[in-house]
Amino acid sequence: MENLTFLMHIYVFVLAIFVGFELITKVPPTLHTPLMSGSNAISGITIVGALLSAGLEQFTISTILGLVAVIFAMINVVGGFLVTDRMLKMFKKKK
Amino acid sequence: MQAIIEITYLVSSIFFIFGIKYLGSPKTARKGNLFASIGMFMAIVITLFDQKVLTFEWIIIGMLIGSLIGAVLAIKVPMTGMPQMVGMLNGFGGGASTLVALAEYYRINPNYPVDQGLVFNLPIDQGVAIILSLLIGSVTFTGSMIAFGKLQGIVTGKVVKYPLQHPLNLLLLLAVVGGGIYLVINPGTISLVLIIVGVSLLLGVLLVLPIGGADMPVAISLLNSYSGIAGSTTGFVLGNNELIIAGALVGASGIILTLIMCRGMNRSLMNVLLGGWASAGSAPTTAGDVTSVKGDVKSVDSEELAMIFDSASSVIIVPGYGMAVAQAQHSVRDLMNALEKKNINVRFAIHPVAGRMPGHMNVLLAEANVPYDKLFALEDINDDFPNTDVAFVVGANDVVNPAARHDQSSPIFGMPILNVDYAKTVVINKRSMNPGYAGIENELFFGTNSLMYFGDAKDAISKLTNEIKNL
Repeated sequence: MENLTFLMHIYVFVLAIFVGFELITKVPPTLHTPLMSGSNAISGITIVGALLSAGLEQFTISTILGLVAVIFAMINVVGGFLVTDRMLKMFKKKK
Repeated sequence: MQAIIEITYLVSSIFFIFGIKYLGSPKTARKGNLFASIGMFMAIVITLFDQKVLTFEWIIIGMLIGSLIGAVLAIKVPMTGMPQMVGMLNGFGGGASTLVALAEYYRINPNYPVDQGLVFNLPIDQGVAIILSLLIGSVTFTGSMIAFGKLQGIVTGKVVKYPLQHPLNLLLLLAVVGGGIYLVINPGTISLVLIIVGVSLLLGVLLVLPIGGADMPVAISLLNSYSGIAGSTTGFVLGNNELIIAGALVGASGIILTLIMCRGMNRSLMNVLLGGWASAGSAPTTAGDVTSVKGDVKSVDSEELAMIFDSASSVIIVPGYGMAVAQAQHSVRDLMNALEKKNINVRFAIHPVAGRMPGHMNVLLAEANVPYDKLFALEDINDDFPNTDVAFVVGANDVVNPAARHDQSSPIFGMPILNVDYAKTVVINKRSMNPGYAGIENELFFGTNSLMYFGDAKDAISKLTNEIKNL
């Protein structure tokens, strides 16, 4: 059973890669930087794992690692989304 | 409850997918970013309801500190500092993945913190996932920090070569793989885990250090991709589909950008990663080698140049990294406005690898209020140069070197360039005659229709704009 779960994860991974390629093939160069910083913020999804480690019942080394991971991931998430929005606000068409 | 959590993760993943989709068009990009952040918010909140999360004080402290640092960075960073910012954020994502994988390893090890002599059965798939997370996450972390340092000017932006570069890196990678295999068989060896992390961190430094400044667009996009893949492998460690999906999306987008950047330089990914053009970083070509292109360089002053612009009806401005260094984007905007007032058609031609990250020029010009529909990609504007009166090159060099079209001995031969030399007049603003990143002379400067306009981009262009206004 264990291996079957793993295969299901591989499944999801491969399909998501394809979705990713399909979504991004036609991005205009103008948006390359915001796309990068925005998608970078999404990679901060590791925050989920960090929360699970930092919230463990007993205080162990995992809690400390989790705490630092929460800080790192939150910098990534908050910084990434905010800076992307700041950039995108500037992109204007000719009036 | 677990079912509700899983469903929320699914909905959050869908928000990410739409977020990235909308980020692909200027009209919807802001909405896309909002969608993605809503997805993230959902994922964070629902995770707090997970039964494994039992204490909240550390979570709250960590989230406050992280959010505060992230927000301050995002608000304070100037647009010219954007490449560094993106580089650094990549690194934090990778670092977080390493830490989570490490924390999970300690958590499932029954002999930690006290050795109870218990058998530690680490399933092979989870073991492999942990090692990959440690490797990719660590390489992303230190690699991004070096990239940040190079862009910030703390670490040299030059191509750095060190002895036995490739054998050494290969050896380190093999050490991680070998250590990883040993660890999967003997999962209890904690010291080995730390060695794997240490070697991976070192590998990140050594891999990015040789990459030169103008190759940074490739390095940054690749690290962006790594940070996503690290998120995915962490998802495998935790058995969490949302991490796998979100990480894969980012990984794919990073790879695509990386390939676009490589194509923009007509170089393979390997070539970029292994460190620079053949001649880059070596001494600039000696005068003897370039006699074939040596001719007369015609220099022009602002007054004369203003008249040339005044009699033009179409102008294409070609910005490069020099514009970013001089922070001349606002002066360039003023020039555009002055020209448009005289009913001169002004457009911008943006080379895919101009600057230090994908889309660097576009961000700077957007900051200066240049509408994005005036910015054209290489393939959309290159055929228009022959019908253009003035092509104005601001701080770009290698990407406008005609040698790339015909000189097979040139290191940049085959690279797609902007054909500015086909315009009736080419004006090149540069501080001096120094060669660009590739370290080669640019025959464009000696062309019969070329005029050099020397000076710091910001001052020189402001002066030019004033002259034009006074005509």
